[in-house]
Amino acid sequence: MANKSNNLKLLTTPVNLQNPITVQVLGICSSLAVTVQMKPAFVMGLSVTIVTAFSNLIISSIRNTIPNRIRIIVQLVVVAALVIVVDQILRAYVYDISKQLSVFVGLIITNCILMGRLEAFAMGNKPWPSFIDGIGNGLGYSLILLLLSFLRELLGSGSVWGYKIMPPVFYQLGYQNNGLMILPPMALITIGIIIWIQRSKNKELIEN
Amino acid sequence: MELFNLFIKSVFIDNMIFAYFLGMCSFLAVSKTVNTSLGLGIAVTFVLLITAPFNWVIYHYLLKPGALSWISQSYSDVDLSYLSFLIFIASIAAIVQLVEMVVEKFSPSLYNALGIFLPLIAVNCVILAVALFVQEKEDQSLMGLSISEVTIYALGSGLGWFLAIISMAAIREKLRYSNIPKPLKGLGVTFILTGLMAIAFMGIMGIKI
Repeated sequence: MANKSNNLKLLTTPVNLQNPITVQVLGICSSLAVTVQMKPAFVMGLSVTIVTAFSNLIISSIRNTIPNRIRIIVQLVVVAALVIVVDQILRAYVYDISKQLSVFVGLIITNCILMGRLEAFAMGNKPWPSFIDGIGNGLGYSLILLLLSFLRELLGSGSVWGYKIMPPVFYQLGYQNNGLMILPPMALITIGIIIWIQRSKNKELIEN
Repeated sequence: MELFNLFIKSVFIDNMIFAYFLGMCSFLAVSKTVNTSLGLGIAVTFVLLITAPFNWVIYHYLLKPGALSWISQSYSDVDLSYLSFLIFIASIAAIVQLVEMVVEKFSPSLYNALGIFLPLIAVNCVILAVALFVQEKEDQSLMGLSISEVTIYALGSGLGWFLAIISMAAIREKLRYSNIPKPLKGLGVTFILTGLMAIAFMGIMGIKI
């Protein structure tokens, strides 16, 4: 039973205490550019979760046969193959969103979450825990992505998931969408504020 | 003149950090002191200058739809572009390894300066992103790009990244003495600073040259 609670821990710590974006500082690049609206952010989060989980699983099952000197190339090739599969699926089923994400699907390959988790976890652990670790980290990443895109879409274009929810009365009273939220810099500032809030709740995360 | 415009555009207007947020992970992790960020900045620019034209050649002559027609007309409907991610990242990893060995052999002092950063660069998003942006541009334009345009674009993107990380490191060195709310220290304030710098860079975004 101890094993089971361990696995559960692997799934839940990356969501908050070891969050890939706000604590481990991994995978920032893609998280900022795709969060203008919720839909692409959700697709991106899902893709990253799938790729992380399966690359962790694959690398962890062949970890004893990879020569140490060329492990980076092996890891990159496994990840790149998985990303190609995801990219082709996105193009086939959700073409519009895949157009919006443009190069960022390809950039999942160099997403630091993947390399970070492969190096730090999958190279030294059994396949099943590695798979869970991948899903956990993917979830932590998606959570931040969704939160960020929710705030940006709500304040920037007054809608959630593409539906207008700001009542028209507000606009008549003089409320305006904050155009700055759609622009990239506000993503950084919003994430800074999320980190601030998270760290003031969890004192042990404070840096000196 | 065209090339000069492209250069200025890729350094300031399409800055990799402030407009696209690429290479953020190493940007945030390494920008603690000016010295180390100087090394990483030079290394990134250097590797970009080699990999971007190389990947362009691969894409232009091997992977693009119809690119194989230079071998024989019967290959003109072959489309290998779905392989681009795999080929690009493999060639980047290989070139980084090669550059590392060449530099070690011919210039030990440069190797000592860049040494630890070179392996990191294979997984820096900027390098792959430039290759993919070049691919996207190539697909959109009818004529395709020329190799000099690709080289200048790579140089500009590298220098833009270099500029960003150096200025960030300089600010962070000063920041150590300021009184920031504790939970915001370190990562949080770095994010906010990058955001503010990006807003400043947006001032020149609308300029068409």
